[in-house]
Amino acid sequence: MTKAEKKVRTLVVDDEELARQVLRELLGAHPEIEVVAECRNGLEAVKAVSEHKPDLLFLDVQMPKLTGFDVLELIGSETPVIFVTAYDEYAMKAFDVHAVDYLLKPVGKDRLAAALERVKTRSREKPPVPAELALAARPAGQFAERLVVKDGTRVTLIPVAKLDFAEAQDDYVALASEGKKHLKQQTIASLEAALNPQQFVRIHRSYLVNLERVTRIEPYGKDSRVAVLSTGVRLPVSRAGYARLEALLEERG
Amino acid sequence: MKITQHPVLSNRAYLTAYVGVWAVLTWLLVVLIHTSGAITMREATELLVPMMALYALIGLSTWYICKATPVNSTRDLRVFVTHLTAGFVLSFLWMHAGALYARLLGHSTRFYGMEERYAAHQTMLLLDGVLLYLLNAGFFYVVIAVEASREVERRAAETVALARDAELRALRAQINPHFLFNSLNSISALTSIDAARAREMCLLLADFLRLTLGMGERSMIPLSEELDLLEKFMAIEKVRFGARLDMQEDVQEEAKHCLIPPLLLQPLLENAVSHGIASMADGGWIRLAAQVENGTLGIIVENQRDDEAPPRRRSGGVGLKNVRSRLEARYGKDATFRVEPGEDRFRVSMSLPAEVGERK
Repeated sequence: MTKAEKKVRTLVVDDEELARQVLRELLGAHPEIEVVAECRNGLEAVKAVSEHKPDLLFLDVQMPKLTGFDVLELIGSETPVIFVTAYDEYAMKAFDVHAVDYLLKPVGKDRLAAALERVKTRSREKPPVPAELALAARPAGQFAERLVVKDGTRVTLIPVAKLDFAEAQDDYVALASEGKKHLKQQTIASLEAALNPQQFVRIHRSYLVNLERVTRIEPYGKDSRVAVLSTGVRLPVSRAGYARLEALLEERG
Repeated sequence: MKITQHPVLSNRAYLTAYVGVWAVLTWLLVVLIHTSGAITMREATELLVPMMALYALIGLSTWYICKATPVNSTRDLRVFVTHLTAGFVLSFLWMHAGALYARLLGHSTRFYGMEERYAAHQTMLLLDGVLLYLLNAGFFYVVIAVEASREVERRAAETVALARDAELRALRAQINPHFLFNSLNSISALTSIDAARAREMCLLLADFLRLTLGMGERSMIPLSEELDLLEKFMAIEKVRFGARLDMQEDVQEEAKHCLIPPLLLQPLLENAVSHGIASMADGGWIRLAAQVENGTLGIIVENQRDDEAPPRRRSGGVGLKNVRSRLEARYGKDATFRVEPGEDRFRVSMSLPAEVGERK
């Protein structure tokens, strides 16, 4: 390695002190790696990423506050991530499908070297879509219980029960909850897929609504309708959306 | 073994023994007939070999009589009378079949006067036939005894396998892979940082696994033994979580002698760690309390939790369900089990009859 070559600025995220120590020790054998910060949980990780702009992230999956998947969702897919997990069959399956490298604890030096090599060669490839990865890591029949949103450096957790509706805005969705709107980089289709279809209905190409909030459906114009929410908000209902809504209400009785 | 499966016809070893015994008996009878006079060795052989072959063939059916009158469950006299009667009937028929055969042979000049000569031996042959029948029955009783002991052996092995299987399944259910791999990761980290602690951790893990393995075989253990196991478990988790884990134990001395199903509390503690402590960045407490009151053992496992924590994939529901069903199976309505999830804490409480075992 020549001096001119840039060091790989690396972040290690794990809630266990010993787990961080062993990773740091193993990374010590790779002079091109420079550990710029260590984080004890997902929130610290999100903050540290915007602060340090690292070139590489070692991310534990199960952590307090935010999981590794939450962190990935919030920081986007520009930073290469190597997940580190002890055992999580769904996560491992998701990694395999979406081609992110992951290490299993206890981590060995050969496997770590291979992962670093993979990051080098893969940096030119298309990175995985975080939302897709998170979706694949969820066992079938289990839906998101909360959504994570980042406003600048602030991270907001929205329990799905507190989500009134979501509105598509180009590559973003605006999440309406408790009188506020939070922008999140995600398509409305992938958000719909993550939520319980018994609770959230796509009433319109651009709108996903929490059924609990709908008080009534009113006719609007010739053959279109609007849904009136308990918050007073009126949302357009398309013909296909109305059919879905009817089917669901019928199912519920 | 099914009644339709004849041991001699289905087992090569029994067949060999059967044929061998009959061959020896045939030879003895040949010699006997010859020495009692008027029949040459060759004539005796040609007369008796087919007769004995026939008798051996018919004798196979004795197996069914033996199966129907087992020695150990019927009165000995009845068994003897049954076989003696059967023996006489069979021998009588056999003897007359022999007479027919002898008459047939008598037509040939080589066996001149065979019919009369055979007649002279009839009484002896009848008695020999009875004796042969009884020997045959004896042979089958030996076969039955051997088969029975094999069956017992097989069943014992099966029972052991089933018990071991149940234990392994329990173990697999009890020991969260997360726990195991994370512990190994801690050991891996400690080897270079603090070798002595790494070794200590290995020992703790070994002790914990050994205790868990042994417990599955027992139906009840004193609470104190379960506490020993929990102590190992928490010591291991303490290495992982350090100051984040604050364990508080409040167990009445009297309660420690009470009997509980093994590994009843371990899954609860494991839940408390993985759903409580692991979800709190700055750590939290776990409280275990047990006391005896009015003949009832009350146990509480409580932990702090972060209600904003990301949902854990391995939900604690399985462990809780397991504990509940074990309590139900053992005590029925005499035990209660309550799960109380709160905002910032999670509490499981149970009560069961306070049984104190006799010390062996």
